[in-house]
Amino acid sequence: MSYVRLINVTKRFGDVTAVDNLNYEIEKGECFSMLGPSGCGKTTTLRMVAGFEDLSDGEVWVGDRLLSSPKKKHYVPPENRNFGMVFQAFAVWPHLSVYENVAFPLRIKKLPEKEIDDRTMDALRATNLVDAKDGSPDFLSGGGKQRVALARALAINPDVMLLDEPLSSLDPHLREEMRFEIKDLQMKYGFSIIYVTHDQSEAMALSDRILVMKLGVVQQIDTPLNIYNHPANKFVFSFIGLSNFLHADNVGGRPVLPGHQGSTPQSFVIPGHLAGETAISLASRPSEIDFVSMEDPEGLHGLVTRKAFLGEIVDYQIKIGDQFMRVQKGRREQGPESGQNCAVKFLRPFYYTDEPVEEFHEEDD
Amino acid sequence: MDIIRMEGITKGYPDHPVLNDLNLSIKKGECFTLLGPSGCGKTVLMRLIAGFETPDAGRIYIDDTPVADLADHIDVPTENRGLGVVFQDYAVWPHMTVFENIAYPLKIAKVPKDELKKRVMEMVDIVGMNGLDKRYPSELSGGQQQRVALARALVGKPSLMLLDEPLSNLDANLREEMRFEIKELQRKLGVTVLYVTHDQEIGLAISDRVAIMDANGNIQQIGTPWEIFEKPVNPFVFNFMGIANFIDVRRENGAFLVGNGNQQMPWPTLPEGDTNKWVAGFRPSDVNISRDGAGLRGIVRRANFLGATMDYLVEIDGTHLRTAIETHHAIAKDLVLKAGDQCSIEFTALHWFEAEQLKGVHEE
Amino acid sequence: MSAQIKQKSSFGVAQIILFLSIAILVIVVAFPVLLILFNAFWVEDHFDFANTISILKQPATYEALMNSIIIASMSTVGSTIVGTFFAWLVTRTDIPYHNFMKSMFLVPFMLPSFIGAIAWKMLLSPNAGLINKFFMENFGFDGPIFNIYSYYGISAVEIMYLFPFVFIQVCGALERMDPTLEESARISGAGLMTITRKITIPLVMPSILSGALLIMLYSMAHFGTVAVLGIERGIYNIPVLIYERIHQSGGSFDSIRLGAILATVLVISAAIIIWAQRKILSTGHYQIIGGKSFRPTQLKLRGLRIPMMLFCFAYIGFTIVLPTVIIFLVGGLSTYGLPFTPENLSLDNYKFILFDFDVTRDAIFNSVTLGFTAAVITMFAGVMISYVIVKMKVRGKGILEFLGMLPFSVPGSVIALGVILAWSGQFGINLYNTVWIILVAYIARYMAFSLKANSAALEQIHDSLVEAARACGATMWQSLKDIVLPLVKPGMLAAFFLIFLPSLRELTVSIMLYAPTTRTIGVAIYTLNEDGETVISCALAGIALIIIVLGQFVINHFSKKAGV
Repeated sequence: MSYVRLINVTKRFGDVTAVDNLNYEIEKGECFSMLGPSGCGKTTTLRMVAGFEDLSDGEVWVGDRLLSSPKKKHYVPPENRNFGMVFQAFAVWPHLSVYENVAFPLRIKKLPEKEIDDRTMDALRATNLVDAKDGSPDFLSGGGKQRVALARALAINPDVMLLDEPLSSLDPHLREEMRFEIKDLQMKYGFSIIYVTHDQSEAMALSDRILVMKLGVVQQIDTPLNIYNHPANKFVFSFIGLSNFLHADNVGGRPVLPGHQGSTPQSFVIPGHLAGETAISLASRPSEIDFVSMEDPEGLHGLVTRKAFLGEIVDYQIKIGDQFMRVQKGRREQGPESGQNCAVKFLRPFYYTDEPVEEFHEEDD
Repeated sequence: MDIIRMEGITKGYPDHPVLNDLNLSIKKGECFTLLGPSGCGKTVLMRLIAGFETPDAGRIYIDDTPVADLADHIDVPTENRGLGVVFQDYAVWPHMTVFENIAYPLKIAKVPKDELKKRVMEMVDIVGMNGLDKRYPSELSGGQQQRVALARALVGKPSLMLLDEPLSNLDANLREEMRFEIKELQRKLGVTVLYVTHDQEIGLAISDRVAIMDANGNIQQIGTPWEIFEKPVNPFVFNFMGIANFIDVRRENGAFLVGNGNQQMPWPTLPEGDTNKWVAGFRPSDVNISRDGAGLRGIVRRANFLGATMDYLVEIDGTHLRTAIETHHAIAKDLVLKAGDQCSIEFTALHWFEAEQLKGVHEE
Repeated sequence: MSAQIKQKSSFGVAQIILFLSIAILVIVVAFPVLLILFNAFWVEDHFDFANTISILKQPATYEALMNSIIIASMSTVGSTIVGTFFAWLVTRTDIPYHNFMKSMFLVPFMLPSFIGAIAWKMLLSPNAGLINKFFMENFGFDGPIFNIYSYYGISAVEIMYLFPFVFIQVCGALERMDPTLEESARISGAGLMTITRKITIPLVMPSILSGALLIMLYSMAHFGTVAVLGIERGIYNIPVLIYERIHQSGGSFDSIRLGAILATVLVISAAIIIWAQRKILSTGHYQIIGGKSFRPTQLKLRGLRIPMMLFCFAYIGFTIVLPTVIIFLVGGLSTYGLPFTPENLSLDNYKFILFDFDVTRDAIFNSVTLGFTAAVITMFAGVMISYVIVKMKVRGKGILEFLGMLPFSVPGSVIALGVILAWSGQFGINLYNTVWIILVAYIARYMAFSLKANSAALEQIHDSLVEAARACGATMWQSLKDIVLPLVKPGMLAAFFLIFLPSLRELTVSIMLYAPTTRTIGVAIYTLNEDGETVISCALAGIALIIIVLGQFVINHFSKKAGV
């Protein structure tokens, strides 16, 4: 049975629609991510679920409890929703010890002292914080602070855990470690997670399902593997993983790359719904391209303009006709050298309309 | 020919020594990366070369001219060392336009107006900032500011450029883009580059040679990226350069057994020596995984989908190892595993270390 | 870490700058203060602590000491409550017009409190006060409804003018505070009142305390309000007693010695307060900034929204508008005591003081030139000293760092006394009774402002900006000229105005140092008022207020342009 339900959730700020008619349902115990570039409405959505932001329209349900509905004039304030929430900037209270931070929600509930202590210690043990419990969280590293925030959210034994970019303030290597910790905690306690992030690798690694969002509009909701393998549109394709887009002309239903010396592979066929376009965009993943012999009829001919050894993988820049694209191969696989001619075969070509995809740079302004 | 030679360099703050009797030389025209964990003294080393700090002992040569040696009272000030420097925080001057920033070294060198303008606009073009030369830094993104810093460092045609973590304030996409741009610039202009970073991927991507420094400021290995990655001289280097698996192997009655179980290590050339406790090191990509092929039997404890690759944490008799398989291979060969699945592991490459050698490496 | 300085240049530019910086601070601040300490304990030709104690035990001194403490304590507690309450009201509730109110609550910062005290004296003095008279005549009260000549009266006026110290600190802390700190308490199940009590207030406590200590420091050594409202009923605090004794005795040895002893008490208490403040700021200042910025959740006042708004407007009207209006009205009267009818009001007084009355004309001229000169000198000295402290790596910097803290902790009346001791001829130079002695005292008094503004500006200039210039081939001087100076300019400008404006209304220092021809605006207003020239003094006060408000306007304009 679906547990958290968002029905026609809409948020307008003046004339701007930040979240447009959003619908989804989350199973109990599921880890559900909302993924998108900054400003796509994912955080606003999470804050509506938490109750910090009013809905302009629609309803939010958890189980059989209606939490927000502007039409029915119904609104449960955040403090009565029984959610756990973890924020990007840690939001641990420096004037309270680690122990008191975690015990805070329990004290608010006026639980008996014994139970407060048991549950606090439980949460501290689950997050490896027992040794740090008497100090101020100010003395902990970023990872430590975020553990305190997690423990505090765990202590109330929440139905749903809301995580708002919880790892973006951490170092990259810590990020991976904490990712696994969150996953382990979820397995142990069985709460549902709604996870907001702009980092696709984080969402892929953690989630049972991902919602990809752009400008307040849902692009796709599916499992990580399906989103990666069957992206619903060009935006999803570009946002998830590395991608190459090559401009190609539509010549009798076949995509022809400008300036390409050689024949178009037999398997390249523009799908029906794009047949009317004069030019299309030929998309591929750098890891889903093989080097083949120059005679291979499925090969596109090009020139290796750069070869960089990145450790586990080797990164090639290939010039095909007038355009550049990237190929990534495992370090054990043989490949051409920089300056050599080569032939490449697309294992899974995708075809999209030729409009440009917006580039999204996080934190870069 | 060496453009930089450092001999017996010692530098320390009263309570903790940073560099101790360090020797290093950098060849003309190469892109040299100094790679080490944060706090290892690599930035201090760069600052010594730049002349922002003075070594307590030892001698630094630039182009065979001594520029720093306390014993001989040599200390050529920064401005006379003929360097370009790029900093982590960009350090573009907020009160000057892009043009004025880039023109500054030429203005100091009293280059005639016409030539100055020509050279600055050339640089603006090279770093891809056309049309932005009248902007102030506050109107630029981080990546653009760093381009200005690069142009400013290069406009005076220095023979040596020092870069101190220039990309670590940028986001991942931009970082990837810029590292190749820096490499391209270096090739195009033929300048020697000393690049200081803690990010091993950048070090591998752009360098002709890499030096690996440990947390105590000692250089552990110098070599090409390939040598460093594939032929690490010790577990520290191996561990530092990427995700590393170390599985415990014990020798019992001549057999090499994995973890606490009784499966034999499937590897033809077992190490020789008296030691009974060994560690086999390998990268996640050094394994072949199968559902029930030959090799060590194990259980998938965690399946982690990373996009282009699947990352499985496999437990074999009490030891955990991380394996990687390309997603499209996994799908093609029905190897999309989930936690709890049984699997087999074979190795394609192994580095043997004595267990003793590994002390202290795991904490890094 | 900065290293423009090579240790080889054994006696280079760095040492010269350091020496100059130390010399300025020693001559202007440290030496006068040392003289005070010395005089406090040195009797004839030996140290005599017993004598010092016995003077402190004299009823008059003891009383002044206690008065200082009582008034300062009451003002501090009151200002802290008022300041915190209003700060919370305008940042955390849905009260209407909160931006307007916020700027109104900052107005008292600009207004000199002794002018306010004069206004309140006219409104609430027991017999002649307008409000008291109004109530006695119309509502049959037997006596005054409130006597401003009292501890409560003095403290109330102090609170009106000092609460912005707390208000601005707490507003800043509440606005910068990461809203998720409060939101995570809400999601933990806490309601808004609980959050305010358990999370918000404790988190801004360091800011509240630091503002409170500033008020304490200021109020202990504050001359104006007590001088205007206290002397009448024999309420003296330390600075007033020092002034009275020295003034009455024409600067006798005994009075100076008493002054030195009282000043020492002020120095010691200031040192304690500064120490406590640093302690609070360093240990208790939480990192509460950061994260994505959302508007913090506002407490809905609901039924209280309009009453609270009216209360705020009433407060603003009563404490800010009313006294200001009274000053201008009285300044327009032909004779003090007449009712405010159109035929009694004119601009004649204003014309008189601006063009015809040499005392006030001189005072305006003196204040403007003194303020300007002090501001320019202090601005340049401050930028040099700050540069050494913030940027240079040079031996002996520790001394300078210590000296640099002195100006922050020495109250105005102490500086005035110290300057008298140092510059009255005992050491070869006699500036007494000239404008120069006031100038020296202003420089000492306002050095702290300049150091603060310039260090803040310099700390923003990351070392790598200078190092980048060096790497581009610039010498140390070139990089100073091309990089540091242009970037520190806004800080210098800020320092200039931070000194120029307050010096226009300065009273505590000037009152101790003025001679008949060297009155400043503040001194003129105060002495005219003391001499019963109420309308003239009010007219001059009105002019001063106009100059100050215009000046503030210029500052705001400039600081917006400079982007600081």
